[in-house]
Amino acid sequence: MKKPELLVTPHSVAAIDLLAEAGADAFVVGEQRYGLRLAGEFSRTDIAQAIETAHAKGKKVYVAVNAIFHNDIANELDEYIAFVKEAGADAIVFGDPAVLMAVRAAAPDMPLHWNTETTATNYFTCNYWGKRGAVRAVLARELSMEEIIEVKEHAEVAIEVQVHGMTCMFQSKRPLLGHYFEYQGKAMEIENRKDAKNMLLYDKERENKYPIFEDANGTHIMSPNDICIIDELAELLEAGIDSFKIDGILHSPEYLLEVTKLYRQAIDLCAECPEEYEEIKDELLEKIEDLQPAHRPLDTGFFFKETVY
Amino acid sequence: MSAVINEKISTIVDGKRVIAKKPELLAPAGTLEKLKIAIHYGADAVYIGGQEYGLRSNAGNFTLEQMKEGVEFAKKYGAKVYVTTNIYAHNENIDGLEDYLRGLQNAGITGIIVADPLIIETCRRVAPKVEVHLSTQQSLSNWRAVQYWKEEGLHRVVLARETTSEEMREMKEKVDIEIETFIHGAMCIAYSGRCVLSNHMTARDSNRGGCCQSCRWDYDLYSLEENGEQALFSEDDSPFAMSPKDLKLVESIPKLIELGIDSLKVEGRMKSIHYVATVVSVYRKVIDTYCADPDNFQIRQEWLDELEKCANRPAAPAFFEGTPGVEEQLFGVHGKKASHDFAGLVLDYEEETGMVTLQQRNFFRPGDEIEFFGPEIDNFTQKVGTIWDEQGKELDAARHPLQVIRFQTAKPVYPNNMMRKGLE
Repeated sequence: MKKPELLVTPHSVAAIDLLAEAGADAFVVGEQRYGLRLAGEFSRTDIAQAIETAHAKGKKVYVAVNAIFHNDIANELDEYIAFVKEAGADAIVFGDPAVLMAVRAAAPDMPLHWNTETTATNYFTCNYWGKRGAVRAVLARELSMEEIIEVKEHAEVAIEVQVHGMTCMFQSKRPLLGHYFEYQGKAMEIENRKDAKNMLLYDKERENKYPIFEDANGTHIMSPNDICIIDELAELLEAGIDSFKIDGILHSPEYLLEVTKLYRQAIDLCAECPEEYEEIKDELLEKIEDLQPAHRPLDTGFFFKETVY
Repeated sequence: MSAVINEKISTIVDGKRVIAKKPELLAPAGTLEKLKIAIHYGADAVYIGGQEYGLRSNAGNFTLEQMKEGVEFAKKYGAKVYVTTNIYAHNENIDGLEDYLRGLQNAGITGIIVADPLIIETCRRVAPKVEVHLSTQQSLSNWRAVQYWKEEGLHRVVLARETTSEEMREMKEKVDIEIETFIHGAMCIAYSGRCVLSNHMTARDSNRGGCCQSCRWDYDLYSLEENGEQALFSEDDSPFAMSPKDLKLVESIPKLIELGIDSLKVEGRMKSIHYVATVVSVYRKVIDTYCADPDNFQIRQEWLDELEKCANRPAAPAFFEGTPGVEEQLFGVHGKKASHDFAGLVLDYEEETGMVTLQQRNFFRPGDEIEFFGPEIDNFTQKVGTIWDEQGKELDAARHPLQVIRFQTAKPVYPNNMMRKGLE
């Protein structure tokens, strides 16, 4: 059976070698000026090095240019995209059509991955962006297993699905943590909040804890649980999903490395020896449970959850 | 006003500058009644929701028959009707879309407000007479993306709520396309389309109309330290909250007109007819007064006071002049009661006797201080005298919703004028 790509979001250039050895096939890197919610911050030098390191191991690197842009940065995109092309990236990840315009101008041959996160919800729209230059669509994490498989059946572009880690629930342009601290009169004490990645919103009614952080793109609120479907990969493999993503954001590099190894094992077994995968998949899930920080329960996201409207 | 003169926008008539390009005033209409009121009070266009594909599952929402009636009504005033079809569709929503869009075209709808390219492309194929307007759900916030949608053949784009006036200026300069922007009402605190709090918290899909407004709830903020979770608030602090003040750009209307913005949009399909009538009539006056004599324009206190009469949240200019600060956030209390209650809707007026026939919309009784307003009259206040029911029986109070009441007014009133009552 065809094996999907195992895509991870590394924290630093130094992590790439280890993650490649652990079984990652591809990496998403970038900087917050252009990309959204990256596990690590990669300067231009870092991006060039990441690409060099990954390519030496036969792995791919995609550069995230998927922020929601205002005029100021939209005007810089040609220059940034020319740099990304020069650095040898394998694809650019975009959401804002401004990037499409800039790629047409600055790097018309550059492969594009369409990733707006929440709005990639049907196959028609995936194919729409395909006709405008995308070779891959990254699906919304709010889709069910059934919906994902139906998208894949009709898709003319490659399909990427997140199989592990936290997901973004909310992005505001406003610095909402900063506003709260200012309101409390302690803005000075917490000046370094922009680097703080350890804050949680507690929702008493649901007893959920939502990670929250601020960066150049505003305020981000993340899911209370980490998706983990290491024991539910068979259907996605059978459907021929092209890429499985593990997001390392707000987890430690050590955690990401161990999780990557376990998914590598799961994917290989599931593709090569499905009976054996069935036998050990619960064990793989237990191993991940052992790695989880106390405040991060696992769940299966929306793969098996119905939403109404 | 110190705005730079733009020939496309103003012209000189008899030595005086007047505005040649008046923007559209676009109002929400959750029901057929609200549609009629919005247009009667001065909206140039309204936007409504259909039974499917829109983002307000709880707003009244129109059947195709009601849409036809709305379009007929609007035509008499030269007004337009747009339909919000701005969900992000899932596969299961694809079936039925073509018929739905054909139905809108047959109903005479001028345009649809859309976010998902599925609906954009399907509309152009099966209902080509219908204009396609890009919804704010696409969070469109830069001129190159505006250029993209122009090249895709869209008729109009609605900007992200995060767009500043300077950004609008650059968009207008660089791209020749109609631009619509919000001027008044409640706003998402998140980038529209990029919030799935409802999906996670209540299993309701926010991008298909299921938003449960969890951004208006309170949360406790903690930091995760080596020795456990530390509260980042003290006993006396209000909890962490994200609620923004509502948007209000009444004082920036001159600037928006000079920028050449094509459509000025009021939020609120769930709001009452009293709210819609009040807000629309104020903005109608501001736009008309400015356009007639922009160089001698001054905002009037009475217009600002009028808006307060239906405001159920403090308001601010949001992103219009740059990223808003802490003063535009609400902590502790997320709303307030409007200063006035909608008390009655005028059904008829008898000139000989000075008697109004009115439909009760809130409790009132003889002796109450009330105010009448409407497009044909200047606001006036009076005390309610003796009141009668339809059968001529004297009443001690108007207690029942929609009850028909008669009493004498101090000045003439007209059908669809409204009566409001100040709250202590």
